[in-house]
Amino acid sequence: MRIKSFYREILLSLIAIALSGVGFANAETKVGFVYVGPIGDHGWTYRHDVGRLAVEKALGAKVKTTFVESVKEGPDSERVIRQLAATGHKVIFTTSFGFMNPTLKVAKKFPDVKFEHATGYKQSKNVATFSGRFYEGRYIAGVIAGKISKTNKIGYVASFPIPEVVRGINAFLLGARSVNPDMSINVVWVNTWYDPGKEGDAAKALIDQGADIITQHTDSPAPLQVAENRGVKGFGQASDMIKFAPKAQLSAIIDDWDSYYVERTKAAIDGSWNSQDVWLGLKEGMVKMAPYTNMPNDVVALAQKTEDAIRDGSLHPFSGPIKDQSGKIVVEAGKVADSGMLLGMNFYVEGVQGSLPK
Amino acid sequence: MDLLPVILTIITASTPLLLAATGELITEKSGVLNLGVEGMMLIGAIAAFATAVSTGSALLAILAGAFSGALVASIFAVLTLIFLANQVATGLALTIFGVGLSALIGSNFVGVALEPLPKLNVDGLSTIPILGKILFNHDVLVYLSFGMIFLVGWFLSKTRAGLILRAVGESHDSAHALGYSIITVRYLAVIFGGFMSGLGGSYLSLVYTPLWAENMTAGRGWIALALVVFGTWRAGRVAFGAYLFGTITILQLHVQGWGINIASQFMTMLPYIATIVVLVLISRDKGRIRMNAPQCIGKPFHPSK
Repeated sequence: MRIKSFYREILLSLIAIALSGVGFANAETKVGFVYVGPIGDHGWTYRHDVGRLAVEKALGAKVKTTFVESVKEGPDSERVIRQLAATGHKVIFTTSFGFMNPTLKVAKKFPDVKFEHATGYKQSKNVATFSGRFYEGRYIAGVIAGKISKTNKIGYVASFPIPEVVRGINAFLLGARSVNPDMSINVVWVNTWYDPGKEGDAAKALIDQGADIITQHTDSPAPLQVAENRGVKGFGQASDMIKFAPKAQLSAIIDDWDSYYVERTKAAIDGSWNSQDVWLGLKEGMVKMAPYTNMPNDVVALAQKTEDAIRDGSLHPFSGPIKDQSGKIVVEAGKVADSGMLLGMNFYVEGVQGSLPK
Repeated sequence: MDLLPVILTIITASTPLLLAATGELITEKSGVLNLGVEGMMLIGAIAAFATAVSTGSALLAILAGAFSGALVASIFAVLTLIFLANQVATGLALTIFGVGLSALIGSNFVGVALEPLPKLNVDGLSTIPILGKILFNHDVLVYLSFGMIFLVGWFLSKTRAGLILRAVGESHDSAHALGYSIITVRYLAVIFGGFMSGLGGSYLSLVYTPLWAENMTAGRGWIALALVVFGTWRAGRVAFGAYLFGTITILQLHVQGWGINIASQFMTMLPYIATIVVLVLISRDKGRIRMNAPQCIGKPFHPSK
């Protein structure tokens, strides 16, 4: 019984703190951010935090931002999101796929709070979703890899078999095969977004099996660093990682959330916010490419040309004909994959080795 | 398929586990359960990394990592041995403290790249084909991990000091009655545990992935803790466990790369499953375990009792 009353006291004091927080929040709008990794990952979460700082810079005293980092996907995130909503945060950005259902659940209970969920596909009256068309960058990276690789093997360190990641793998290979039809991809799933040691080990395994291009869909610079030490090439993920691999980084796909975060926070403050689903790419500047380095000039020119073509819409990475692993045509010649196929992508294109985990 | 690089990768993956487990083995043998391995490793990792970046000296970096691990362990020692705080709770707190403190110190080092440690080549020996590469072409810490586990095994079973340490862990009241200072022995054992955890952390941030990333141990401290139980508190088995775990961790990545059709989620589980299976096999013989497990583990000691 003593323990119980101890918890009750803690609970009461927490509520008191929460209430006092609401009391102070009149002058400024509180904006919350929930991150899946540490802000020091120098990848995905780091870029979201750069976006948060952009909001602070653009709106100054009008906002107060809070962030919670390294939040596990699933039930634990619901607690964190609810905590932010209950302490007077008016806009809450939840920045990982696995926060989708918890975000929706909390949103139902806090109809006045605006939620922004990254990379999800479910919206509601006060939950908007947003994501970047990173596959555009992956396609360009693939084109570069197709030109640079000597072994024709790409090593891909992947996190979880969700459509977002599968789409990246396919886009990369389609890009590579557009310049070199012999290219293939070996994928190693590490089943984590963030474990530098394991990500690095996966990269080593792939290099030992003959890959001379390493790319990744996990959040730390470790795979790229392994590429640097082993003398092969690679790509940065989410942010420019050239510092970790001055000789190995060919380019990097940079996520740029800054203007989106500023815009949506402004909209929430002036009341023009509404639920939406946006998917922005190179054209809108949510996806950017780091400088093309460590490659011959003609490859730089080709990469630039591909980037320009995607930006002005004359090239779509998922243009037919596209075959899946069994050789069946899934996108016919002259057509492009529709957004349903892109968002729910659950097959490998021809040339990816192994089978997709279910 | 060339096996050599695979073996080298396995050695790098197993070394941090072995280093930390060696320290925890001594700590637990003295009757103290320190669950703060993860936190001590992280503090060691950031201290080593920060020192390496600012001084450029690998030796100083390794020392800084090890001694800062020992320093944090001494906080644990004071709290549990002198103030008789609950060891489990204090250990958990130490882990949380380590995660936070290392992130705080590390915020200035995010995005800083570091050259990996130079390898300690034994002249002549490392040119022996195959064996030379496997045995004589590593960085200092790998040799240290082998040396330390051997030394610890010898210390526990063959020396008088080792016997005293084990006596303290078996029955602190009897050891106290014999005139040994329980607190001193345990204090030293805890500090040694921190020292080795710090070394394990240094290995992560200096060699394994030469960068600082928050929470970069990613659970390796907990695995080191489990390895001590897995090895039934015996040095040789702890080393075997560390290498078994490292081997399966690396092999599962290779199996995926070969395109063998096994669910990757299952492969991720495999090192843990294998560890559990071996644990079950070993523990069939209950008497053996009871013989090796320190009886006073986790129990606070006060002379007045």
